[in-house]
Amino acid sequence: MIDKVSASVEAALRDVPDGATVMIGGFGGAGQPAELIDALIAQGARDLTIVNNNAGNGEVGLAALLKTGRVRKIICSFPRQVDSQIFDGLFRAGKIELELVPQGNLAERIRAAGAGIGGFFTPTGYGTELAKGKGTREIGGRMYVLESPIHADVALIKAEKGDRLGNLVYRKTARNFGPIMATAAKLTVASVHEIVPAGELDPENIVTPGIFVHRLVKVPRTVTGPAGFRQAA
Amino acid sequence: MQRLSREQMAMRVARDIPEGAYVNLGIGLPTLVANHLPKDREVFLHSENGLLGMGPAPAPGDEDYDLINAGKQPVTLLPGGAYFHHADSFAMMRGGHLDICVLGAFQVSTTGDLANWHTGAPDAIPAVGGAMDLAIGARRTFVMMEHLTRTGESKIVERCTYPLTGIGCVSRIYTDLAVLDVTTRGLKVVEIFNDLPFGELQKVTGVPLFD
Repeated sequence: MIDKVSASVEAALRDVPDGATVMIGGFGGAGQPAELIDALIAQGARDLTIVNNNAGNGEVGLAALLKTGRVRKIICSFPRQVDSQIFDGLFRAGKIELELVPQGNLAERIRAAGAGIGGFFTPTGYGTELAKGKGTREIGGRMYVLESPIHADVALIKAEKGDRLGNLVYRKTARNFGPIMATAAKLTVASVHEIVPAGELDPENIVTPGIFVHRLVKVPRTVTGPAGFRQAA
Repeated sequence: MQRLSREQMAMRVARDIPEGAYVNLGIGLPTLVANHLPKDREVFLHSENGLLGMGPAPAPGDEDYDLINAGKQPVTLLPGGAYFHHADSFAMMRGGHLDICVLGAFQVSTTGDLANWHTGAPDAIPAVGGAMDLAIGARRTFVMMEHLTRTGESKIVERCTYPLTGIGCVSRIYTDLAVLDVTTRGLKVVEIFNDLPFGELQKVTGVPLFD
């Protein structure tokens, strides 16, 4: 019988190797798998390449992982935020490499990896410094930039509910990168707040089919906090 | 020169958003447009983090930080709204499904080039987010910005000196002095606010305008 449920976050992340490329879901705080990131910090893998939309908020989650100094490179679209002080310090000190990618190209490069696409032409970024050195082509009278897929060794994502087969549903805009990152990694680990018997999730509503998920682990429900913006006084 | 306030600019842009439009409002000044959309029109707001049918901010105490906009601020979902993942969200944008995108800008060129993501300062940490996707994705891209910089220079220029976000992507410019259309003949004046004479507008604008 297939059972992808791990007993603990530690067990779910036991074999992340040094040098791994790790995708981490989330947009700001929404969808960021905090428990899995904490477990990755405890597990100790180093020389990591991280793929996320941002580069951490405050001192917790992804920011705490960066603070350990075990991240060599980050691939993201929007590192600089009001509360990205950990990343800012590392970047200014030359201690972390940044690959800046337009957000839609980031999403599509992840999707392409998961879908077995070897590259694609996109109009986004054409003629800008973020397309420097990349191939271009005119298609139907419009200029496009050649972009490549981003594959990962590990994807850490946060979902709302799952079953032993790895089928997942998400909560509101916390879905963001979860479904595409799940497809693009050799090992996809999902945290969920509830594990239900197989067959209980409405098949019409399953967002990530279990084939894309290798391990899932239940974590206590916590309230997502604000991150990444300046709150009105 | 009497300039429109930020709220008046938002009101003016909102007037041009038609019934049934799917619209993305960029972070900053464009966000204000949401407050002025005519109540008798059904307009669907898109937020690139994965939301269509975005409603206003929740009442204090009702914030849910799993339901946020692209600026990471808490929002609400209107009846008929939907959630989706990032690749779908940017397909809506890049695939030309959005009718209008309203963006802020540092500079716009006479041919509709846009610079709005990076000052290019050597010590600045660059961050692009969805700016480049937004600029080229919607059927029409509106820019909303002050006409002049704080030091009085025209933000409408022959060629952008800041790093580009997109080439030839802007269709219309709303400033605190005027509304301008980007055409093959250059920038056409659609409207000038507060009875400012054309000659005065031309004098403070960095490129030739036509009526």
